[in-house]
Amino acid sequence: MSDGFQRRRKGGAVAAFTGFEADLLRSLAAQLVELLRNEVAAPSAGDDPLEQLLDFSGPTTEPEDPVLARLFPTAYPDDPEAAGEFRRFTEGTLRDGKAQGAVQIIEALEEAGLPAELDDESLMVDVELSKEEAVSWMRSFTDIRLALATRLGIEDDDEDRWMSLPDDDPRTHVYDIYQWVGYLQETLVAAVSR
Amino acid sequence: MWAVSAPSPVELDRPETDEQTDEQTDDLTFVDRPWVTIVWNDPVNLMSYVSFVFQSYFHYSKRKAEKLMLEVHNEGRSVVSHGSREEMERDVQAMHEHGLWATMEKDPT
Repeated sequence: MSDGFQRRRKGGAVAAFTGFEADLLRSLAAQLVELLRNEVAAPSAGDDPLEQLLDFSGPTTEPEDPVLARLFPTAYPDDPEAAGEFRRFTEGTLRDGKAQGAVQIIEALEEAGLPAELDDESLMVDVELSKEEAVSWMRSFTDIRLALATRLGIEDDDEDRWMSLPDDDPRTHVYDIYQWVGYLQETLVAAVSR
Repeated sequence: MWAVSAPSPVELDRPETDEQTDEQTDDLTFVDRPWVTIVWNDPVNLMSYVSFVFQSYFHYSKRKAEKLMLEVHNEGRSVVSHGSREEMERDVQAMHEHGLWATMEKDPT
């Protein structure tokens, strides 16, 4: 596993990902884009429980889809009319912004050398981010973690529950990914903080 | 807006004024009475990130940002900004942009 992000001398952050990590990050970002841009995405994961958990682009009947509900909370909890208006004026912009942020991650990884199909297991992908890019990546990491956490059903202080799952439980793998993106997020925040 | 969102027995509490005066008063009150943006705790967002967002978006000092972040963490919610309704809608939208769970309401104080 990589060491996450480090402070860049002239501001911003740098990271060296293994090909596997970069490929995983691209896949997570791509699913976020699909979820945000395709509200009625058809189920595509089949019967594999691991794929179902990882595929948060799944069947989405917005606004019922809990991931979308978490990404776009109700601004006025006690005033449905005002809440609807707020959503009407903001959700499209927010969706576009979040999708663009995720696309920027994909493009940056590919510009840094990640091929369309990863075949060289020793490949390393070096990413260099300006401060602005770093903040955009942080927002996308947050969206990805919110999506994974919502699909898993993560709650406050429930680490023990996830850590005690058997290794062959598909949720164990998803939880590991969730923790890994959290680690990247933590190191990225530290790298650009004063 | 006020009539719609006010609790139902409000008519009983109103002084006897004609409707015209009432509306003017409401307009003035609308400007004067601030709204607040509230950020709620969630099990996902990292404390360091929430503090970072409060510093970078609101330009709060590190100390103030961490105080608010801890309030969210320990008490479940924190009022992070005050202002006009339009300003609070901008803040709420920005918090959603950052993945924080934010709502707004009229300042109860």
